Amino acid sequence: MSLERHWKKIQQQVVETQVWKSIFRVGIPNTNRKRVLAMLGNVVLHLHPVKTRKSGVKMRYTWCAGGMTFFLFLTLTFTGLLLMFYYRPTIEYAYGDMLDLREQVPFGIMREMHRWGAHAMVISVWIHMFRVFMTGSYKPPREFNWNVGVVLLVLTLLLSFTGYLLPWDQLAIWAITVGSNMARATPLAGNEGPFSAQIAVNGVNLVTAGSDARFGLLGGRIVGANALLRFYVLHCVFIPLIAAFLMAVHFWRVRKDGGISGPL
Amino acid sequence: MTALKDLINWLASPAIAVTLSMIGLVGAMFVKPLWTKKGGLVLFATLAGGFAFSFTDPNFRIVATMPDNVPILGMLFLVGFFFWYAMYQAHLNDARLAAGQPPLEKEDSDKKVFSWPDLVYVELVSLIICSIVLVVWSIVLKAPLEEPANPGAAPNPAKAPWYFLGLQELLVYFDPWMAGVVLPTLIIVGLMAIPYIDTNPRGNGYFSFRERKWEIVMFCFGFIILWVVLIILGTFLRGPNWNFFGPYEYWDPNKLVPLNNVSVSEIFWVKWLKTALPTFWLKRELPGILLILFYLGALPGLLSKTLFRRFYEKMGTVRFFVGVNLFLIMLAVPIKMYLRWIFNLKYIVNIQEFSFNI
Repeated sequence: MSLERHWKKIQQQVVETQVWKSIFRVGIPNTNRKRVLAMLGNVVLHLHPVKTRKSGVKMRYTWCAGGMTFFLFLTLTFTGLLLMFYYRPTIEYAYGDMLDLREQVPFGIMREMHRWGAHAMVISVWIHMFRVFMTGSYKPPREFNWNVGVVLLVLTLLLSFTGYLLPWDQLAIWAITVGSNMARATPLAGNEGPFSAQIAVNGVNLVTAGSDARFGLLGGRIVGANALLRFYVLHCVFIPLIAAFLMAVHFWRVRKDGGISGPL
Repeated sequence: MTALKDLINWLASPAIAVTLSMIGLVGAMFVKPLWTKKGGLVLFATLAGGFAFSFTDPNFRIVATMPDNVPILGMLFLVGFFFWYAMYQAHLNDARLAAGQPPLEKEDSDKKVFSWPDLVYVELVSLIICSIVLVVWSIVLKAPLEEPANPGAAPNPAKAPWYFLGLQELLVYFDPWMAGVVLPTLIIVGLMAIPYIDTNPRGNGYFSFRERKWEIVMFCFGFIILWVVLIILGTFLRGPNWNFFGPYEYWDPNKLVPLNNVSVSEIFWVKWLKTALPTFWLKRELPGILLILFYLGALPGLLSKTLFRRFYEKMGTVRFFVGVNLFLIMLAVPIKMYLRWIFNLKYIVNIQEFSFNI
């Protein structure tokens, strides 16, 4: 018997086992009916419609930039969870845990994948936005989904920004210091912002370095222990939850607004 | 060689670099031969050749290989490529549209295919390629880790994460409340407003330039010039004390840049009227306040009757004024930059009493 026939036979036998059938109820999707059922029966695949416009399938049109962003988000979630096994968000341990991740963990590229993946995600979100703009895909009926996308873009930047502090090295602390100094200049709500010095009761300023927007963001006057903990929680739980919810809305609306855009 | 490097250093200085990239980008969008395969090769060869040449320079190499600057190099090429690719497809479609044919995507969009296997396989292949690239990248290049955090020792320059460096660059021209709070907010608001302001029904769902010229020019102006170019400027050309350094210049922390910035109030009262600055803030800053009020209050109305009348009639009152105000604020960014470069102007309105400086 030729190799190919052996392979066919093994395939046949595997597909007919009870284990295989219990997982993949449809079997090999080799008829249109089974292709439909394969898409409908799988929780991941059913994010897609059963049928897609041919133009929406082409890389030439979508660049897969949105899909890439979602995949990077999943990768970052996974590598981030692994990093959480090792990382403690306190100023005593954070930097040491970074060194351990680098030196002690065998085959440790989780931090590398997390960091480079995060940069890649920022870039792929921009490229996705650029593609959606250049194809005019924000036009009716997709206006609202463009808005959801803008919020997701901002959340991506915030995710990256909050994660930037966690290594607790010079790069981290000073980048966050420079970034969060902006909050100090918020009109009315930051202690160096316009008109905030005028918010006073009986000559006592209400907006000070100990009560302004920056203080609320950092949980202190400087980027210190509280800021590290806050950014950790924002980075690992708070923003990902919101982003995941909005992604669900985003994908849902892609389908409800008529699928991947194309000429009418 | 030195003369060439000096020339490039000079060309890269903010005023000239921003001017050249503005004229270059907007001009290039109308030069059809660039958006062909040959044009793309020429553009890519120029960019890659420029980089290869620059890498022979030790000062450039130090900055370009700094931790976290690697992704920006990637971004430069990716954004460059996709910009070309979008324009390439747009011009292909434009030629078809001019000949009375439907856009390329039209042939495909009438047909539907089963998501299994056509879509799922495309996604699978993208996913595998993405994983391989990410794993190889992670093995080859260690994630940066500097000295442990020390709140007492600020590095010089202290830089925000790279994707915010465009905003940090704006700090040269605006106070933090503008560059760090108001302008980012307006970027978000402006992006969200796009689908409601843009009433042009054409160019929905396919690449095209001729059907949406002004939308595309405006968006690319904001995205490429005011976001990407400023990031590159802030990353590669801003050294100690946020001074400008050419790509082949050594980042000398002792470089001195003379600063004698003036405000509109000083120009108006001291230079023109030859009197002392009035003590009452409202009187002192009235010229600047009137300028701003004119720019954001009266100019949109004037434009609706003159230059932009066509848009006003098409868009309706609310859309037009929201859109024009957002457009004018976006334009105010380069305007303020030029005022600084040409007149050393620091503030148009300078009310230190309320920390309200524009």
